[in-house]
Amino acid sequence: MEFVSVALPALGDAAGLILQPIVLGYLVLGVVMGLCIGVFPGLGGIAGLSLLLPFMFGMDPVLGLALMIGMVAVVPTSDTFASVLMGIPGSSASQATVLDGFPMAKRGEAARALSAAFASSLFGGLVGATFLTVFILVARPIVLEFRTPELLMITVFGLSMVGILAGRVALKGIAAAGLGMMIGTIGEGDSSGELRMATYDMPYLVDGLKLVIVGLGIFAIPEIVALLRQDRAIADRKPLGGGWMTGVRDWFANIWLSVRCSIIGVIVGVIPGLGGSVVDWIAYGHSVQTTKDKSKFGSGEIRGVIGPESSNNAKEGGGLVPTLLFGIPGSGSMAIFIGAIALLGSGNIEVGPSMLKNNLDITYAIVWLLALANVVGTLICIAASGGIARLTTIPFALLAPFLFMIISFAAFQSGQDLMDLVALFAIGFLGIMMRRFDWSRPAFLIGFVLSNPAETYANQAVQIAQSRFRKGFEEGIDYIFSPIVIVLIIITLLSVIIGLRQAKTIMAEGAVESGAKRAPLIFLLVVLAYLLVAFTNAAMIPDYAAADRVFPRFVSGVAIVCVVILLVQMMMRPETHALFADRETTEAEANAHGLWSTLAWFAGLLILTSLIGFILALAIFLFAFIRFRAGKSLGFAALYTAAGIAFMLFMAGLLNRDFPPGLLQSYMDLPWPLT
Amino acid sequence: MNLFKTTRRVATGLVAAAAASFATQAVAGGHGINLEGETVEWVIPFSETGGSAKWANFYAPLLSEALPGNPTVVVKFMPGAGSTKGANWFQNQQYKDGTLIFGSSGSTQFPYLLDDPRVRYEYNDWNVVLASGTGGVAYLPPDLAAMMDGHDASALKDTDFIYGSQGATRLDLVPLLAWEMLGLNVEPVFGIKGRGDGRLMFERGEANIDYQTSSSYLKGVTPLVEAGTAVAMMSWGALDADGNIVRDPTFPDMPTFKEVCDATPGCETSGEQWDAWKAFFVAGFPAQKMVFLPAGASNDAIVTYTQAFEAVKARADFAEISAGRLGVYPQMTGGEATGALASATQVPEEAKAFVVNWLSDRYGVSLN
Repeated sequence: MEFVSVALPALGDAAGLILQPIVLGYLVLGVVMGLCIGVFPGLGGIAGLSLLLPFMFGMDPVLGLALMIGMVAVVPTSDTFASVLMGIPGSSASQATVLDGFPMAKRGEAARALSAAFASSLFGGLVGATFLTVFILVARPIVLEFRTPELLMITVFGLSMVGILAGRVALKGIAAAGLGMMIGTIGEGDSSGELRMATYDMPYLVDGLKLVIVGLGIFAIPEIVALLRQDRAIADRKPLGGGWMTGVRDWFANIWLSVRCSIIGVIVGVIPGLGGSVVDWIAYGHSVQTTKDKSKFGSGEIRGVIGPESSNNAKEGGGLVPTLLFGIPGSGSMAIFIGAIALLGSGNIEVGPSMLKNNLDITYAIVWLLALANVVGTLICIAASGGIARLTTIPFALLAPFLFMIISFAAFQSGQDLMDLVALFAIGFLGIMMRRFDWSRPAFLIGFVLSNPAETYANQAVQIAQSRFRKGFEEGIDYIFSPIVIVLIIITLLSVIIGLRQAKTIMAEGAVESGAKRAPLIFLLVVLAYLLVAFTNAAMIPDYAAADRVFPRFVSGVAIVCVVILLVQMMMRPETHALFADRETTEAEANAHGLWSTLAWFAGLLILTSLIGFILALAIFLFAFIRFRAGKSLGFAALYTAAGIAFMLFMAGLLNRDFPPGLLQSYMDLPWPLT
Repeated sequence: MNLFKTTRRVATGLVAAAAASFATQAVAGGHGINLEGETVEWVIPFSETGGSAKWANFYAPLLSEALPGNPTVVVKFMPGAGSTKGANWFQNQQYKDGTLIFGSSGSTQFPYLLDDPRVRYEYNDWNVVLASGTGGVAYLPPDLAAMMDGHDASALKDTDFIYGSQGATRLDLVPLLAWEMLGLNVEPVFGIKGRGDGRLMFERGEANIDYQTSSSYLKGVTPLVEAGTAVAMMSWGALDADGNIVRDPTFPDMPTFKEVCDATPGCETSGEQWDAWKAFFVAGFPAQKMVFLPAGASNDAIVTYTQAFEAVKARADFAEISAGRLGVYPQMTGGEATGALASATQVPEEAKAFVVNWLSDRYGVSLN
């Protein structure tokens, strides 16, 4: 029996791997970093892992995993602080927590809401880890049978999730995913090396855009800019209050809700690509449906906290299933996780079926670490809640330049090129516009992440199948339509149908009112223009490299059809229709600053960097921002700038990195870090 | 009393330091540079996961010990466009103080040899201080390997082969051309990200022929051979002092491609096709990875680095520590390295013309 002979010893080996003081030390370090990342609004797993990425190279595999898992597992626990205390989602996975958690805090029951949330998070995290253990045991023999057609179908299944993310206007969701996939095809094609939407005169684009940059640009930057425009004051925060035990008792009284929502979290997490941004809404919806007295939701119902918080930790366990088993990322942060694992040790751990075959002990070490990180994270959150809560009282104008500095540094790690910052800014702008006009950003990111596997697996499966068909019709059919493929096709079709039906009730990013016609129309036309250019560009690829042409042409073709239909609908419908969703209308009262003046600060940093190099530009940016935008004294601004620069130098020094140089550096030789 | 002790310790320390620095100067002075307190940047135009990273990380600490003044040696990765980006960048660097070195690989050499329009670098401008060789092994599933009659591969001519490839203009050119010369019908499936993916495709039973460079073969394929799911077909061989292809010292029991070709009717080990294959094999494997100082490097710097790599090679434990990580291949310095560079970056016009033609006929690749 394989279970006894292979899996049990591996489980034991894995426990031995992680139960060492140094491993636990790294785990705690990862947890503490994850706490900070989670507490800061706008930063989530993608930003956290991108910062760790450069440290992973050559690190002992178990230590590196402890650091990363510690961080990933605790983000959905610690993001609760911002959701409950400030009414701002700490990361995309706890948007629903705001609805009832924030009103509770306003009533002075913050501690009760937090402790109920932590208890739910811990429980959900452990359910996720248990599920992962069992699933690996059961699925291992099946996964080892996976070949290219099966991997292709798993990818297509992930893409089909766009249906459920699409929001109120399904076509917009599909167009967003199509745009994401087209951005993913930029650069050298994998099959024949033909260029798509790039030229050799701009070497940066030849390698395509990196996930770190797209992830940060699409999610982190729009959130930071939006919060910065609102300029929340410190006085918003209410005291924590008492009632820690009440919260835990609340959770225990609703334990079955917690169980059900954990299972929802695991299932949603398993589905490739779906990830964190919807799981909390689904769980919230379930909590509302299963509660008799629905009147209190939205004004401080404890079940509205327990449901989402149980699900968003459980989803990390589920999200590791496609990541570890198939090497297909379960979410944006998991995509970075896959890249990071390849850097560990001597680079001989490959996520996917081969890992289950050759590194079963490492696989189970990840599971143990996940469970342990949830426990450690919850304990620290409770023990240090007073201190962590104080972090949320920092006015956002003081936090934003620091967050922006960290994001720029993380983005710059991917290519070590000034163009990294330009790309970050450009994608960030796209993200801001997509957020404004309620285009699904999760759908965009799924498209981007799965674009490359979808294209490569499709091309390879076709080519291998052709060769099989040449040997015989039956052999070809056997290859393409294996039982696993057929099962996956059925699941995919079901998910599309159910997804489209449910989509209208799930608002992944909250409700958005409609505004005037002009702005949404202009954005749609810009998207259409890009898609048309990309379509023409792909069509020009010559025949001998047809494999690089088919995919972008097909995807942009579908997206263009969607956009044109949207355009026709826009002409017919009144401007109150959901088509014309415009967040500028919804948030008009809350915004204290204009979009363009806020953006100008960051554009200024970019332009200065190209002139005088990153470190000098950053010093000027930090100082000016704190002095003029945040309105602090000269001395405070100087201190802030010094601290920020010191932090950057420390990170860069650890990693032996230079900063992007500007024009100045091409005329003068300056000492590090100004080079 | 205490004060006296301290003073004496300081004095002894000063004397020792002076003696040490004098000793260093005696070695380096006149015909070398001292890198004390400096940081040497070793730029690798690939990502952290590739073979070049492993090679550079093996050498970096040893080089640090061997260079005068023991500078810190850090490996920096500058991936992009299959190493063309990093090499173009290095071409624009001026020699300053010997704190910048560059590591190239076969993937840097082939586009250069084939006149890829993206190549803006010129090997002749650079100064080679180390050239490391490697080899490669082709392998088959056991049922297909059993069809070979001794070294004669003609029984495999009717099989449809699938091979996971990174692209016909990269190092994969060598195996693809070799199999074609044997008359095998190999269809490359492009789009894999590294040779490791090719091996996985072989393990899943989708590809039924594959090759790996020596170190990857030792680590990834040897377990398959032991488990009975793969059998070695041939190695590409190694070069002897006279430039003849002989058995690879790391795999002395495997026939070389030359032996297999000789034993297979229809495959010629002379003539245009063979010359082209050999030229590209010589460019890609026996001097696959090289360390360069930038254009304009002083003779002192070249001598210093050459001596440092010689000192690394002369370590008592070098054979032992390098065998596991690099394989048993020549690590060439000085005149040997210059010779290796010449053979790796110059192919006869006819060989180049043949390959350019073959790529365009067979794979529709145009290099203009």
